[in-house]
Amino acid sequence: MSKIILEVEDLRTSFFTHAGEFKAIDGVSFTVHEGEIFGLVGESACGKTVTGLSLLRLLQEPVGQVVGGKIILNGRDILELSKKEMREVRGKEISMILQDPMTSLNPVYTVGNQISESVKLHQHVSDDKVEDEVISALRLLRIPAPEQRIRDYPFQMSGGMRQRVVGSIAMSCRPHLLIADEPTTALDATIQMQYLALFKDIQKQTNVGIIFITHDFGVVANICQRVAVMYAGKIVETASTSTIFKAPRHPYTHALINSVPRLDRKDDRLYSIEGQPPSLLNLPPGCRFAPRCPDVQEICQKEQPPEVEISEGHTVSCWKVK
Amino acid sequence: MATIIGIKTKREFRGLTRWGRIFRNLGMILPVIVFVVLIFTAIFADLGWIGLPDVGLAPYPYDETSLPDRRMPPAWVEGGSTKHLLGTDTLGRDILSRAIYGARVSLSVSLLAIAITASVGTVLGIISGYAGGRTDAFIMRITDIAMSFPPLLLAILIAVSLGPGFFTVIFALSVLGWAGYARIIRGETLRLRNSDFVAQAQIIGTPSWRIMLRHIFPNILNVLLIGITLAVGAMILAEAMMSYLGIGIPPPMPSWGSMVADGRNDLDRAWWISTFPGILIGLVVLSGNFLGDWIRDKTDPRLRQL
Repeated sequence: MSKIILEVEDLRTSFFTHAGEFKAIDGVSFTVHEGEIFGLVGESACGKTVTGLSLLRLLQEPVGQVVGGKIILNGRDILELSKKEMREVRGKEISMILQDPMTSLNPVYTVGNQISESVKLHQHVSDDKVEDEVISALRLLRIPAPEQRIRDYPFQMSGGMRQRVVGSIAMSCRPHLLIADEPTTALDATIQMQYLALFKDIQKQTNVGIIFITHDFGVVANICQRVAVMYAGKIVETASTSTIFKAPRHPYTHALINSVPRLDRKDDRLYSIEGQPPSLLNLPPGCRFAPRCPDVQEICQKEQPPEVEISEGHTVSCWKVK
Repeated sequence: MATIIGIKTKREFRGLTRWGRIFRNLGMILPVIVFVVLIFTAIFADLGWIGLPDVGLAPYPYDETSLPDRRMPPAWVEGGSTKHLLGTDTLGRDILSRAIYGARVSLSVSLLAIAITASVGTVLGIISGYAGGRTDAFIMRITDIAMSFPPLLLAILIAVSLGPGFFTVIFALSVLGWAGYARIIRGETLRLRNSDFVAQAQIIGTPSWRIMLRHIFPNILNVLLIGITLAVGAMILAEAMMSYLGIGIPPPMPSWGSMVADGRNDLDRAWWISTFPGILIGLVVLSGNFLGDWIRDKTDPRLRQL
């Protein structure tokens, strides 16, 4: 296995509101290797995006705060960096692509101008070199005729094209780690496939480690090497993509995969998981999935299951496995 | 900042004749003409500022009295003379000349006061909205205080304690006037602060001051511009009110407000003394409002007619 670039240990993020403490992320650990696409899967509001924002330390303080754990990027804990040092890290070492390309670009500047902002901030190059960097970033995302496109405004571009521009901004300084927060959700199916192919390509060309946040197992199967499944602020299962699909051990993973519509099976109704995720204000004492779990045992209600490594690189948090 | 409809051609003008286009944009054309003419006359009232005090648009100096011609009506009224086109006041001073010089005072006072209030209000509003938390609460409480204070009372207080004068008037108009801008700009900043493109700028490590300057400020410009054009009228009125109350620019320097005040005892026998400066005040206020409306219609995508 190649070099580890990111090690997240027992990360805890909470939101402090008038109603109380929302434990949005409660003890999440995972690693990302160089040149790997790591999937982070889960339903809405399970803490995927908050994990991404925590890694960049861009939570809206003082409401949202990382309250515990370590984020070790390239050998140092970025939670200990000063605000100024952290700004240096953002864009240069970690970058992120947001979900909606229609709103991620500033309407008043040309795309070239917006990409050059990141180049100017992090790479101390002369002005005429900046344009070269911008064009090479656009080329990396395979935008046709980049020399002309840099003078376009966002409103002159389609959604797919804009998402490529957002990708160019994120990749312009060749970061070591890229967090992609459902970058294909707002795109239509054909553009989505193109964009995913592009991701694999970029990963090969630049050896960047990618955390791919999604709720779509189809996307996971397509591009991820390893996957972590999140539920209510915790990672319930981590494994290689093939293991997750062939032998999921956690009942939630199993149910999630079953709820993907499939063409090779004739089902009248799509499988769905009964019930709703627990409120983050009022979490059950035991396993968080226990109220909805088909295989629930007595112990599940009382104690949280430990994380068990059942085979090389495959960890599960479930009493059934223990 | 939802979808911006990408139309390169000026479709709103298509299919209209030249007169149709002019008619549609009267809301911009007329106010601009009014402002250009007024600023022009204010600058060229006399050329004293390049050493030619005797050359200029004003037929007489603003303080030249002529007692035999007291309360002379405008030229087209019986008893009027072409010597004084808009008549004279109680001291026999030429109303036209005083109105031209008055434009100097009224416009420079209000434009300077707007420059000060708009800058202060914008800076505070953006900082307040972007920083949030305690900074926001602190700035907004000061804004609340400024907005709840009766402006006229404070203006009188300042004029009395500092003594009347050009800069006193500007100070008195500015000391509370920034609050409205701060409120509006803060609201806009809050909206933009949570937008994805600001998040994207943070993601690449852009420092806060740069986000405020580069990403937030250009996107609030249209709101600011509308605020400024509407404030032109309000400021001229405020200055006129101060001058009317005798706490404005000291005589004999004319301002439109003090000219209206001069004529108030003679309204029954010499209506022209108050009327002409009053018309000018009305014209400027109306022009400012029309221009503000026009900019709002043009820049607000929801109101833009395609």
